[in-house]
Amino acid sequence: MKPVLALMRRDLRLALRTPGDSGTVVLFFVLTCVLFPFGIGPEPNMLARIAAGIIWVTALLASLLSFDRLFQLDAEDGSLDLISLAPAPLELLVLGKCLAHWLVTGLPLLVVSPLLGLMLNLPASAYPVLMLALALGTPTLSLIGAIGAALTLGARRGGVLLPLLILPLYIPILIFGVAAVEAAIAGLSPRPHLLLLGGLLALGLPLGPVAGAAAIRQALE
Amino acid sequence: MAGRFGGNLSPSARFFVLAIMKADFSGTGLACIRGERLVFENLSFRAPAGEALLLTGPNGSGKSSLLRLMAGLIAPATGRLDWNGAPVGDDPDAHRARLHYLGHLDALKPALTVSENLEFYAALHGCDAGGVGAALAAFDLERLAATPARFLSQGQRRRAALARLLAAPAPLWLLDEPTVGLDDASLGHLAAVLSAHLAGDGCVVAATHAPIAIANARRLELGGGP
Repeated sequence: MKPVLALMRRDLRLALRTPGDSGTVVLFFVLTCVLFPFGIGPEPNMLARIAAGIIWVTALLASLLSFDRLFQLDAEDGSLDLISLAPAPLELLVLGKCLAHWLVTGLPLLVVSPLLGLMLNLPASAYPVLMLALALGTPTLSLIGAIGAALTLGARRGGVLLPLLILPLYIPILIFGVAAVEAAIAGLSPRPHLLLLGGLLALGLPLGPVAGAAAIRQALE
Repeated sequence: MAGRFGGNLSPSARFFVLAIMKADFSGTGLACIRGERLVFENLSFRAPAGEALLLTGPNGSGKSSLLRLMAGLIAPATGRLDWNGAPVGDDPDAHRARLHYLGHLDALKPALTVSENLEFYAALHGCDAGGVGAALAAFDLERLAATPARFLSQGQRRRAALARLLAAPAPLWLLDEPTVGLDDASLGHLAAVLSAHLAGDGCVVAATHAPIAIANARRLELGGGP
């Protein structure tokens, strides 16, 4: 367990020393959300209707920005060799990296999302559900992204390939994430959608680390 | 009778018996294929405790591949690796716990200080940071301990990477060109650290072009490249 905690602590410390990396993700999230009212006009009812979709789609796109660095930097400077030689299962180490990644990118997105909801005239009743849906959905984004980041490790221009690999896998999260918020707006129970988001997270928790670790081993061969 | 004697040994005495049983790292009939090219085949080596095994040979002869294969980063196409006569593949976790691998790259995080880099490595190896001070001292890095790694020169980076060997204890050291970028004083530090490790019945396998001043060294000449 100690190697995993050490890796998480290092990743968090690196993120604090270079705040620009996760700052870019949050700023991208905010700026793209701000673009929509300019693009489609500031009509409040229209914005309220599409707010949930905008927030979710931009959150997915923003999270994409961070994955090319998840393993790439460690691979370039040789740290990935040492990490994969640590006396702990590589799957657990990848899980630790995903968790650290979520803390520095997913969590900030979650924190600023109410602000964007306010800007897009999201009905008040939808805020708790939006936060809950993002809390369940963004960790899954990190886990899926880890698979893509590990698979594109050896590839030239992996950063371009990565979105093509993982965006299709994001679709279920997008569907249920938006559906949960819309159900709350319509006065229906968001519970089934949230449960499905939780189910996706439960699926991603073992699948992401196992597939990610396998891809890293392949890349280091 | 003998069995009962062994069974009666206290844990500390059993540890002593294991400690005086010298470690032995060997490989037989190894072959390595990289990108559909046969790098080497039918290669055997033995690196007993207390003796350094120096890998020599021209560029492309497979020194780095052999070291990565010894570390378990590459699976051998044929052949097997043994530690004390037991196949390494039976327990890869234990093998990873007993080795340090020093690659071409220094694996230092530019934003972390030298001692933070070493502390991370010690913790990654499951140890506390107790060995970091001695590791810094052995490579004359104390004055640089609080310097972020991005400000280090090439040779200083190499020394910081080498200091990892002492930050956490491990019997088997796999070193890929450890001398690159080192000045004369640092070469002396490296030789002293290697000699001390060998004197403590550690195993060292090093790929090198430059001569390293170690008394107890055997050589393995790898064949010509393509």
